[in-house]
Amino acid sequence: MTWGLVLGLAAGAYLFKVLGMVVIGGRTIPPAVDRCLALVPAALIAAIVVKDTFSIGQHMHVDARLAGVTAAVIAAWRKAPVVIVILVAAGVTAALRSING
Amino acid sequence: MSSGEVRGVLTTCITLGIAVGVFAISFGVAAVAAGATVAQTCVMSLLVFTGASQFSAVSVVRDGGSIGSALGGALLLAARNAVFGLTMSPRIKGRLGTRLVAAQLTIDESTAMATAQADPRLQRIAFWSTGASIYVFWNIGTLIGALVGDAVDPSTFGLDAALPAAFVAMLFPHLHTRRGRRAAFIGAALCAATIPVLPIGVPILCASMGIIVGMPPDPDDSDAGVEHEAGLPA
Repeated sequence: MTWGLVLGLAAGAYLFKVLGMVVIGGRTIPPAVDRCLALVPAALIAAIVVKDTFSIGQHMHVDARLAGVTAAVIAAWRKAPVVIVILVAAGVTAALRSING
Repeated sequence: MSSGEVRGVLTTCITLGIAVGVFAISFGVAAVAAGATVAQTCVMSLLVFTGASQFSAVSVVRDGGSIGSALGGALLLAARNAVFGLTMSPRIKGRLGTRLVAAQLTIDESTAMATAQADPRLQRIAFWSTGASIYVFWNIGTLIGALVGDAVDPSTFGLDAALPAAFVAMLFPHLHTRRGRRAAFIGAALCAATIPVLPIGVPILCASMGIIVGMPPDPDDSDAGVEHEAGLPA
């Protein structure tokens, strides 16, 4: 992690917020653009879950994380609160690691 | 607008703030585990203040991805705050200074809480109080998480799994619509297919192609702009 990334992200994220609230505020954007932007989190977050569960760097790799994430998916599916989802994943991953020594 | 309505809104924003604060702890732990210092982690939450982007940047950095790919994915996720700002702009009265502060507080939860109110004054109260509550709890939670992550070895307690688990929790509210599920499936498939062949972090950018399923108008899906079941600064 570098300060350049922290500050670059801060500047970029704030620019988007100001763009909507102050610069183009009051005008409308094409509905198709609105609909597509609303789907960015679904597409990107699903991709990050895949990356974090099945790969290390550029290699596909499965380890204790898969069990933890699977447990998280089940917990989230059963509508468990976020805190429980995270704790379940951490608990399952840690337990599996301690069993495997 | 009755005092009971105001009290109801304020109670909801405090509850929302506490939930987000706990989520922020997992961000703090994950950021430090990815190699950020406590100071970098806290400054990120203070200045960036948009959860999914922060988590995404940390995830790419941990894998050893370039600054450019970390920034690209995080900014794609931040872009929808512009749409939220657009939604809130006519509702926020005040001078430029006020609007510049309001811009920083424009996130999923503050927009969702405000647009859920019918009375314009109640909309403003909901926006400012939700934004302020989440800002405070998000930053307190980040500090606690960063200090905890700095003190213990994250893998011992399975805390490294907290990062993907947080993403799983963030993903589920987006799967309630057919379009959300399609976009998620395409994103996941593109990422899995490109991980072995593209530089680290770039598969996440490819996954953004999944949003094209939003192009055609679909009367059955009313998934515009705001996720009302938020509860996360996604």
